[in-house]
Amino acid sequence: MGRIPRDYLVNRLVTLVLTVLIAATIIWIIPRLSPVDPAEIALGRMAAGAGSVANSEEILAQLRANMGIDQPLIVQYLKYISGALVFDFGLSTAAFPTPVSTLILNALPWTMGLMILSLLITFFIGNLLGALMVWDRSPKLVKVAIPAAMVFTSIPPILSGLLLMWIFAAKLQWFPLTGAYSIFVEPGWTWEFVKSVLHHGFLPALSIVVVTFGFWALGMRGLMIGVQGEDYVKLAEAKGLRPRYILYRYMIRNAILPQITAFALKIGLLIAGQVLVERIFAYNGMGKLLYDAILNQDFPVIQGVSYVIILITALSVFLVDLLYPFIDPRIRHEANA
Amino acid sequence: MSTANMTRAERRQARRIRRFDNPWLNPKLIWGAGLLLSIIFIGIVGRFLWNLDLVFTGSSPLKLPPLGFENLRGQPGVMAHPIGTDGGGRDMLAMIIIGAPNTLFVGLLASLIGMSIGIFLGFSAGFLGGRIDDTIRVGADVMITIPPLLILVVFQSAFGDVTLTMMALLIAGFVWQSPTRLIRAQVLSMKQSGYVQMAQLSGASTTHIMFREMMPNLVPYLFGSFIASVTTSIVTAVGLEVLGLGPQRIPTLGRTIYEAINAGALIQNLWWWWGIPTLLLGVIFIGLLLINLGLDEVSNPRLRRLS
Repeated sequence: MGRIPRDYLVNRLVTLVLTVLIAATIIWIIPRLSPVDPAEIALGRMAAGAGSVANSEEILAQLRANMGIDQPLIVQYLKYISGALVFDFGLSTAAFPTPVSTLILNALPWTMGLMILSLLITFFIGNLLGALMVWDRSPKLVKVAIPAAMVFTSIPPILSGLLLMWIFAAKLQWFPLTGAYSIFVEPGWTWEFVKSVLHHGFLPALSIVVVTFGFWALGMRGLMIGVQGEDYVKLAEAKGLRPRYILYRYMIRNAILPQITAFALKIGLLIAGQVLVERIFAYNGMGKLLYDAILNQDFPVIQGVSYVIILITALSVFLVDLLYPFIDPRIRHEANA
Repeated sequence: MSTANMTRAERRQARRIRRFDNPWLNPKLIWGAGLLLSIIFIGIVGRFLWNLDLVFTGSSPLKLPPLGFENLRGQPGVMAHPIGTDGGGRDMLAMIIIGAPNTLFVGLLASLIGMSIGIFLGFSAGFLGGRIDDTIRVGADVMITIPPLLILVVFQSAFGDVTLTMMALLIAGFVWQSPTRLIRAQVLSMKQSGYVQMAQLSGASTTHIMFREMMPNLVPYLFGSFIASVTTSIVTAVGLEVLGLGPQRIPTLGRTIYEAINAGALIQNLWWWWGIPTLLLGVIFIGLLLINLGLDEVSNPRLRRLS
């Protein structure tokens, strides 16, 4: 990594650390401003389960001690931050006594798998279509059909998810309605299980793809218009290179680079959108975990999930920033960029 | 040349040229604005023409389909509830009349506040430079990475019920970053331009330069950025509502979808319950997209030739 100037690296690192620290702090402060007392919620849950609770004062005090909310705020804060560094968010209150980190570790692979898959597909399709829209040799159909189809890509994935779910799961019953795998197969690395996972993952992934490829296509279209007039494209044409070769090697290669930065900026919205898709499909990922936690007022889990997703977002932005000059050698890192 | 003795193609071309004389009158912008205005229109006219008491739970029969359809129990749609009723016995039309403008309201209010903050900070950063610029730039960079939905999920689950205005204010805290960055970049490049330096030399005050000289040139960018933040705000608000975290007692499109999913409307084939709010949200988002594309053509003339 010798090519990255130290100033730039320090600058990006400071931004990364600040982002995560500020987000973690906000997440920590908010529940403490609220009039709701988590110990009373826990007691209420006990009372609801048992009918009545004796010695409620002592139980409350003990619960507060267990949750660590009887200590001075600064101690609580430092404990929380040092815990967050090692992904220790305490125990879930709804699924007591499972640690929050275990719940998140179980949900994370599903979310990441779905996200990486759908991102790769939409990035590929979106950029290709965007390029074809500008290319003068692409078929007429492409130039008419894509802009028309793209109107629908302004819609958030949750709406397309509902629509696809209704058509393909409820009406046609080609795909299962909810869940990440069938309850009749044993989880494991068997063909049956993988097939079930793919079958269940198709609709959630599709609902993200249909509404996000337009973002890339639009961006690519703008960039291709810029590249189209460049001298090196004219030169390539004058040399008599095959048009397809010019499209891929001269135009797309040069136009696609700013798209990668757009990717970094978009990733936060994408993850948030996916969380909602997972919620409506009851997919076993972070979205469902978050939704269940909201229903049960399970604060440690809500905090943990939010923290981890923000961390993933900040890390991907950081990585794209660092990798960018390796992808595009024309860009030099500037300390103030 | 008079219009009478032109061929059809010539007339079409003349029309196209005239259209481009005023970039603000491009069809995308008009269509987009029309879609949004129609939502507002439904909200205003509906209040006069429709009985809004039907929005209360149990005020109507349960799960009636829209006119011309039959539900699973074989009940046909009735004139009293032209687009059906939901599982709680509420009239869908009344819910739409109240809920759809609410959704737009949250988006517009949040972005108005966000934009004002963005304009202020962006100008300050670009114009004053130095320490202030550093602070604002790092602040915007940091905040732009944090997905608003997740912070707001924490907030609203801690505080319980919120009002529409409260939700808009919370969202506004997350839509000032991109306008700030955009305006800062534009101001930095404009500062070098001739007319700004001219104004400086002739002793114009900082506020005069900011608002009289620079601001008019920023208008297309500001509009574009505003529309983008309206979209983000509505997406965030709908996200919160679909998670069951928005206002609990006021009908919103997102909350209607939340209730429909929870009641299993998809399996019970109650498509109008979730479908109508989904459709309206779709109209809102498509309208916003068209406005944004139209504004792009205003600020970037190179795009005009292609369409």
